[in-house]
Amino acid sequence: MKQTIFVLASLLFAGIAVAQDAKVPSVQLKDLEGNSVDTGTISNDGKPIIISFWATWCSPCKKELNAYAEHYADWTEETGVKIIAVSIDDQRSLTRVAPYVNSVSWDYVVLLDANKALANAMGVVNVPHTFLIDGSGNIVWQHNNYSDGDEDELYEQLLKLTGK
Amino acid sequence: MYAKIMGLILASFVTYSCAIGQEGNKPPLQGQLHGNFQMLFQQYNEDSLIGAQVPEQKTAMNAFGNFTYTLGGFSAGVRFESYLNSILGYPGRFTGSGIGYRYAQYKNDLFDITVGNFYEQFGSGMTLRAYWEPNLGIDNSLDGMRIIFTPFKGISLKGIYGHQRLDFINKVELTEGIVRGVDGELFLNDLIPSLAESKTKVTVGASFVSKYQSGETIQKDTLVLMLPNNVGNSGARFQINHGGWMVTGEYVKKINDPNADNGFIYKDGEAILFNAGYSQKGFGLNVGYKFLDNMAYRSDRDLLLFDVPINFMPAITKQHTYNLAATLYPYATVLNGEVGAMAEVFYTFKKESALGGKYGTNLSVNFAAANSLDSTNFQGREGLIEGYQTNGYGFGDKKFVRDLNIEIKKKVNKDLTLLYSYFYFEFNTEVTPVTQDFKGIVYADIHVAEVQYKIAPKHSIRGEFQALFSEQDKKDWATVLVEYTFSPHWTVGVLDQYNYGNDNPDNRVHYLYGTVGYINGSNRISVGYGKRREGIFCIGGICRAVPASNGLELTVSSSF
Repeated sequence: MKQTIFVLASLLFAGIAVAQDAKVPSVQLKDLEGNSVDTGTISNDGKPIIISFWATWCSPCKKELNAYAEHYADWTEETGVKIIAVSIDDQRSLTRVAPYVNSVSWDYVVLLDANKALANAMGVVNVPHTFLIDGSGNIVWQHNNYSDGDEDELYEQLLKLTGK
Repeated sequence: MYAKIMGLILASFVTYSCAIGQEGNKPPLQGQLHGNFQMLFQQYNEDSLIGAQVPEQKTAMNAFGNFTYTLGGFSAGVRFESYLNSILGYPGRFTGSGIGYRYAQYKNDLFDITVGNFYEQFGSGMTLRAYWEPNLGIDNSLDGMRIIFTPFKGISLKGIYGHQRLDFINKVELTEGIVRGVDGELFLNDLIPSLAESKTKVTVGASFVSKYQSGETIQKDTLVLMLPNNVGNSGARFQINHGGWMVTGEYVKKINDPNADNGFIYKDGEAILFNAGYSQKGFGLNVGYKFLDNMAYRSDRDLLLFDVPINFMPAITKQHTYNLAATLYPYATVLNGEVGAMAEVFYTFKKESALGGKYGTNLSVNFAAANSLDSTNFQGREGLIEGYQTNGYGFGDKKFVRDLNIEIKKKVNKDLTLLYSYFYFEFNTEVTPVTQDFKGIVYADIHVAEVQYKIAPKHSIRGEFQALFSEQDKKDWATVLVEYTFSPHWTVGVLDQYNYGNDNPDNRVHYLYGTVGYINGSNRISVGYGKRREGIFCIGGICRAVPASNGLELTVSSSF
């Protein structure tokens, strides 16, 4: 019991002393071709990034990313945003990711996180879970659900970032 | 003891980071603290009609909270867990509150070292997969040390050593068995200069895992057999991508591993996973083959089911999400042996085409099949020691599952989307005992119609109408689900699952359940009330049976 309080106190002190907007942790993931990507080095030339965790078996996730796809070209033109779709499909559905993504013609960067290494590091337990990252790499907004019309809220957050 | 060391490390780093923060010249390294929290609370009412289980305490609560601190290349984290008492459907022996996970990690360009708890997967997971699935109560983390060494781009070498998590009684209880392993992976396009610009991408890898558990002898009939203390499991894998093509495979071999799953036989284990796919804009194709012979591999040879598996054997069937397709007859891998194959197609009918309509129409068809191994049992002494032999890599004569499913999605106008799905199952309940009411093959046809309608800019309503037709087991079912959402904060839903075709009129019950949820950013709270049918709840091919219940359910989750 004393030990738990000690650890908690240290963490709390750490938090109060130096807590900042979190950055994207550094985890090695693969893209659809097998290239290795270090998520800690993801950047978009000072423009915003959206990281969205999804899975081929998660209907609200697919709805969300298909909804963003309708606006993606416009959003990119206006704000320069890049969307990275991180799939948490494990070996059961992993080989389904590329055929599905191509069949719905997504233009996103798709990364594979089969053992949820990045998901665990970013506190993602349930999907969909979407993060908005500003030009300096700080996580400024996140959302853990998808309903029709949520893309409008994300768009407002994007505009806030680009100061429009 | 560990907590004290952790606390000391953290305290010193905090002081260090504060000190750094005071220096004027270079931009100070900023530490960050973040985490997440989830709580599930259930209150149970008596309901003999549905066979609801009610624990003595009348309520149950599972909760966890993760805290992670990062500073440059250093990170450390801790997870507190609470089971007061464990939610029905979870391992009932989890109890109390305490630390369930803690680690310290340092990484730079060459090394990534973790001490404490960690999760890890080698290749497809058939040699090693330690992972966390809190909604199912799955946590087979390793407690020890992991080193990842990347000498140069294109090579990744991993080494692990640890004990596995078995139980939680105010703190984590580990197995006595030790797991150690190494894994190497090469991305040839980074290693071989002539391949750097090639359109063909090649990855190869290999892994070796060994478990140690002190064992003495077992007695079978008049035979006294020595149990192996060390059991090795090794795998080799590859992946080739070229344009829209992808081919990937892994072969795994396990030496003699007499355990409770296989009846303590000394036969080697063997597994093959193979997938080939092609995709381009608007079209995707994927075919797969799976062979699995005697692949249960645990830190403790005497345990079963969800306890301390070291590896992960994925199910060949597609993960379904509609209530009637997912909770009644879900297929799970038969660890002792199965042969499976699958094929699927994704196609989008283009916009403005005849079948595509204004927005395009999506079609997906998936078929999966699994049978027993083609094997011959040995008799007498050989039967006791070796058990059986496999006669090749083809299908055996016992059918395990057939699963054909088709989904069509069509956006009619900017407010209305329609989906239709059809499922055809042949499900062997003797092999996967999901029901006590019928032993044999269940033939089921399931139809699902889903309507998504935008009533107004932020208001939409979704309805699911599902029907299952079968002549076996509990026969016909119908489920209706209606969900109303008010973006971005509110959801309200009602579900009724009705076994109208059951032979026994007493079992024709309406399982009526309602939920209200509030979401704000990464904070979620939802309240549900009603009857829940006993069912199988699956994620990724791991399924857990959840008993029938009647009562209140409250979920809270938050990330910071």
